[in-house]
Amino acid sequence: MAMIQMREALGQAMIEEMERDANVFLMGEEVAQYDGAYKVSKGMLAKFGPKRVWDSPISEGGFAGLGVGAAMAGLRPIIEMMTWNFGIQAFDQIVNHAAKMCYMSAGQFKIPIVFRGPNGAAHMLGAQHSQAYEAMLTNVPGLKVISPSTPYDAKGLLKSAIRDDNPIIFLESEIMYALKGEVPDEEYLIPIGKGDVKRAGKDVTLIAWNKMLHLCMEAAEKLAEMGIDAEVIDPRTLQPLDEELIFESVRKTHRCVVVDESWSFASVAAQIADRVTRSCFDELDAPVERVHCDFVLMPYAEHLEQAVMPSVDKVIQAVKDVMYL
Amino acid sequence: MVATAPALLKEMYREMLFYRRFEERVNQAYQKGKFAGFCHLHIGQEAVCVGVQQNLRPTDYVISGYRSHTQAIAKGIEAKTVIAELFGKDGGNIRGKGGSMHMFSKEKRFLGGHGIVGGQCPIAAGVGFAIRYQKTDDVIVCYLGDAATNQGQFFEAMNMAATWALPVLYIIENNRYGMGTDIRRTTSIDRLSKRALAFDMDHSEVDGMDLVKVYEHVGKIIPEMRKKPRPYLLEAMTYRYRGHSVSDPATYRTKEEVKSYQDRDPITTLGEWLKANGHSTDEELKSFDKDARAKAQACEDWADESPPALLEMAWKHVYAEDN
Repeated sequence: MAMIQMREALGQAMIEEMERDANVFLMGEEVAQYDGAYKVSKGMLAKFGPKRVWDSPISEGGFAGLGVGAAMAGLRPIIEMMTWNFGIQAFDQIVNHAAKMCYMSAGQFKIPIVFRGPNGAAHMLGAQHSQAYEAMLTNVPGLKVISPSTPYDAKGLLKSAIRDDNPIIFLESEIMYALKGEVPDEEYLIPIGKGDVKRAGKDVTLIAWNKMLHLCMEAAEKLAEMGIDAEVIDPRTLQPLDEELIFESVRKTHRCVVVDESWSFASVAAQIADRVTRSCFDELDAPVERVHCDFVLMPYAEHLEQAVMPSVDKVIQAVKDVMYL
Repeated sequence: MVATAPALLKEMYREMLFYRRFEERVNQAYQKGKFAGFCHLHIGQEAVCVGVQQNLRPTDYVISGYRSHTQAIAKGIEAKTVIAELFGKDGGNIRGKGGSMHMFSKEKRFLGGHGIVGGQCPIAAGVGFAIRYQKTDDVIVCYLGDAATNQGQFFEAMNMAATWALPVLYIIENNRYGMGTDIRRTTSIDRLSKRALAFDMDHSEVDGMDLVKVYEHVGKIIPEMRKKPRPYLLEAMTYRYRGHSVSDPATYRTKEEVKSYQDRDPITTLGEWLKANGHSTDEELKSFDKDARAKAQACEDWADESPPALLEMAWKHVYAEDN
């Protein structure tokens, strides 16, 4: 087991899959000569050469569409968005073309493509660089949406994503690229659509992904000091969602809090709350609580950003609410 | 001077004629209420479709917008499955899941049939990218309408295709109207092929109402693209006789304007030329027309007999594993 950063884990996944399959290539802004805006693709140009690692123009819609066309003609593109905030320039290609092609062609054209990049707020980047897009992206049939929280999950899931025959949205985080975690030396894959219990507990179920998972882990430690034993579930894949894992946990704890850094209206957390409420109605001892970013655009100043984002304190308060404390 | 062999011209004449009769039959079927949704006819633009396709190999790719029934047929999709698709039948090209705007064939390398104006342009660049990646000398033809040249995706695609020398032949079928809007009212340049100047890309114009000109002109472009991969922007000046879609009465243009194009009808013009040069006769052309009508009728009959789209198809193919 090696202790590596998230960026290295993602890089290893791409390198291993490109070594395995000559049809896999990487394209995006600054991925080649600059070694990646966040160094995720470090060393890949040197290793694979300019035929397989391409610096794109700043044309997200254009190179996303190029990826779709390349996939239609037999390649397996990895398209890096420097941030998903730029990625929405490519929503037409992702939603109208990549997601619909298999269906519209009655299964003739599969689109094996990964669109990956950081999602959500980082640190003091303001309104146009801080949005979390999982609600929009999970709403589209034809797309699979993955959002890992650890280097181990990121590597195993990205490898599965590259091998999958569907368009995959892979949501990362700028502030998690330096996060370290253990990754096995031998090859492994993590199946898409399978969640993970990140902390076992019996009193309340916390559900979160990506960097919110870490917020929940921190909250769980504080709750433990208060005598509350929280179970923390990481769905890892948001579309399709591992509902059984969630229901199983809620049937045990009878209380559920979902933490989602996107806005509350029609969010993934809202979807989870609905599913839990319907499927575990008789098991619940309290309504499902949700912790979100406030329904405002992201302010710049550090204390303002912190004030509107989910926090450990907000998670603890939500847990207290479902426990009537 | 016409360099093309008369036998081939006759073959292309018959193909154009079939597409004309096919689209007329589609229109009648729509008027009779046999199907619904959007339906964009290609009547008047047959010379572009036939003249271009004749220069392609089976391994070349074609992608298009929503006015693509006949382009799909030209690329090898069976005509009867196109009309069955319009009727929402199981025998449809994509089993009743796509309708008029979405024809596809992986085997024939027809990549759609797309309903988002200009969305096919970067996809075509991606196919060009794959052609170079796979080191073949195939090309892709990307059809787009005049109004699609005002979409950002068109510019992004042209830039990538030019920068990376991708073998994409972008063909603007300039029928002068983006739906009901005269292209001159929304566009700062007089000739759309000049868009290529911004990308230092090869470009030209061709009379899209003249089959021989289209065929021979494209016949010079494509071999060069195979030899030395690079994109090309071709503007074919053409005209649709009908409205934007079958529900459009086209009141935004004059009868005189429509007539001025119909006077140069690609099928009539070629028929006259074949007769004048001793390659055909009135009787033969009449028999060709009879054949074309019968063939179109047979397509519709086949579609009528095809069972309705299977209910289970609604839930299939959302993901690759749902096949």
